[in-house]
Amino acid sequence: MSEEKKLYTISALVEHKPGVLYNVSNMFRRRGFNIETISVGSAEQEDLARMTITIKGDERTVEQVVKQLDKLIDVVNVSILDPRSTVTRELALVKVDTQDARVRSDVINYTEIFKGHVVDVAHESLVVEITGDSDKIDAFIQLMKPFGVKEIARTGVTALQRGMRSIEIE
Amino acid sequence: MTKMSGAKALIESLKREKVDVIFGLPGGATIPVYDVLYDSDVRHILMRHEQCAAHAADGYARASGKVGVCMATSGPGATNLVTGIANAYMDSSPVVAFTGQVPRAMIGKDAFQEADIIGITTPITKCNFQINRNADIPRLVKTAFYIASSGRPGPVLVDLPKDMQTESSNMDFNCTVEMRGYRLNSGLDPMQIKRAVDLLLQAERPIILAGGGVIISNASSELVTLAELLLAPVATTLMGKGSIPEDHPLSLGITGMHGTIASNRLILEADVLLAVGVRFSDRTTGKIDGFCPDAKIIHIDIDSAEVGKNVRPHIHVIADAKKALQAIYDQMIKAYRKKERSLWMSRVQEFKKQQEEMVKAKEGLNPPRLLTDLRKILPVDSIVTTEVGQNQMWAALHLKTYKPRTFITSGGLGTMGFGFPAAIGAKVACPEVPVVDIAGDGSFLMTEQDLATTVMENIPVIVIVLNNSMLGMVAQWQRLFYDRRYSHVKLGKIPDFVKLADAFGAQGIRVDSVDGFLEAVKTAIKSDVTTVVDVPISPEEDVFPMVPAGASLKDMIAG
Repeated sequence: MSEEKKLYTISALVEHKPGVLYNVSNMFRRRGFNIETISVGSAEQEDLARMTITIKGDERTVEQVVKQLDKLIDVVNVSILDPRSTVTRELALVKVDTQDARVRSDVINYTEIFKGHVVDVAHESLVVEITGDSDKIDAFIQLMKPFGVKEIARTGVTALQRGMRSIEIE
Repeated sequence: MTKMSGAKALIESLKREKVDVIFGLPGGATIPVYDVLYDSDVRHILMRHEQCAAHAADGYARASGKVGVCMATSGPGATNLVTGIANAYMDSSPVVAFTGQVPRAMIGKDAFQEADIIGITTPITKCNFQINRNADIPRLVKTAFYIASSGRPGPVLVDLPKDMQTESSNMDFNCTVEMRGYRLNSGLDPMQIKRAVDLLLQAERPIILAGGGVIISNASSELVTLAELLLAPVATTLMGKGSIPEDHPLSLGITGMHGTIASNRLILEADVLLAVGVRFSDRTTGKIDGFCPDAKIIHIDIDSAEVGKNVRPHIHVIADAKKALQAIYDQMIKAYRKKERSLWMSRVQEFKKQQEEMVKAKEGLNPPRLLTDLRKILPVDSIVTTEVGQNQMWAALHLKTYKPRTFITSGGLGTMGFGFPAAIGAKVACPEVPVVDIAGDGSFLMTEQDLATTVMENIPVIVIVLNNSMLGMVAQWQRLFYDRRYSHVKLGKIPDFVKLADAFGAQGIRVDSVDGFLEAVKTAIKSDVTTVVDVPISPEEDVFPMVPAGASLKDMIAG
């Protein structure tokens, strides 16, 4: 068993009803596990939601997280996603200070290189939408910093396994 | 489909779950349910505090193996249940708690006697839910009982807003329980069993550690049969006490912080540890690195999350204890040639003798002597409950248990005040056997008001107060590790327990000798009213053996 701390992505199918997020986050709090990111939305079935949770930890901790999640009655299915066969995406909105007009074209150029979109234009700022894995978003934010980043909103990671493999109700 | 009120549907559902008793206390938010109970044939026992209602339901569940039911009103009634629910959760006891709630339209408005009991009990229940569709009552009650009693048991709380109790709907009692997020481990993995058997076949010095899971799954006879085949001594956790008769030659008694010499020493010498239905609590293992350092560990548990949580086993079997032990036995008997193990067995003898001599040496009004002699006059089937602290550890060490479900104690949460209401629940479950609460003066004072319940409801139990006028276990730690600085542990000779019992219409007897004590207990066994036996003992008395907190089993102080 590896003691090394790594970033793990956990995908859980949960009942789509009030209180589920509380039950899940409460378990993390109570057992002293730390959530890096969490994103929740409807799954393929109307009465199910998919939670994508990333956590930093060693293998043993992550194994406990999965087992404790699985014990929750509102959690229908849970697994650790293998990074080699998983598509992960995050979306970020970044508001950049463009009071200096020369900055504006630089920001727009970088946004194009990163295949992002400018989604709001004001006299003194631009809002850029950028999608990708977390590293790509980190890199973009680093690039924007010298211009003056006023606000960032990130969705947290969401993920699916590649190909036909899927996490479903057993 | 029958049209009826939610309150009626609730009681009808309880009947269908074969509930014969509810421990509870009514209040504003449960009056509609109590109105149905007024002329129902379901027995309701009026407790004097909701904490006691929860503990009594817990005691009832542990003694009977059935689900215990408690009920409280909204707000403070519900929050008073919390300690009892947490206690049941830690010890995996099947309890269903019903709470009243303010009407739905008032939820979230900080209404009178409103408390977010769902939020409060989420981390201490196996599952909880609020009913917000009246017609769901039959299905959700069924679900609550199913979850509480299946797999690894635990408490479930059902919150009933008042309008859900009063409104009427068409109720379908033939509904089915559907939960896609709740799957039971019902099968056995033959590979896991084979690996366990292979390891046990090679063992030279095998030892079994039996926990509460053995008692919950009624696996005692399977445990003893396997132990005899293997010639493996059996240590138990506090929760596992009674899983093997403690007069069995292979029984070592409890292990851990106040474990027996035999248990704690032999675990260190074992080469294979078969742990069944245990969760390796810190009170059992001591410092985890020093727990059976030379042994390969096989861990059997029905809850896969217990595997690797505290101890990483070499082999694990995720299964019901009874099925797993039976399967291991069936495989072993095919391949096994009976081993002599004379060396290992002589070690067992040696350490057991040491333990016995420690007690023998003591005369007078001290707990080891009192409890050893008490055993001689208590019928085998008697149920013993304990409070928490020195009284509990003395009882665990010196009062032998011969049958499962006859030693009931607060193992995980360590709840002072548990023993007495748990005794009430146990007595309701098993009215024909004597039920004895081994108490301390500190613990008993936490729930003593329910003497009123035992008198009013005719539930005669026996409370033995080992009275050292101290919060004894804290005092012991202060004596041993804090230079005798007795900070806030002296309780004085208050109250007079004989007068206290008398005031409640119970019987109080104070004793000053071992013989007087035994006579008092004999009187109490025959009595049809609750008896409090007040036994003054020295405040300097320590519980030994002891493994200091955070130390390894090898650092045991034998006394």
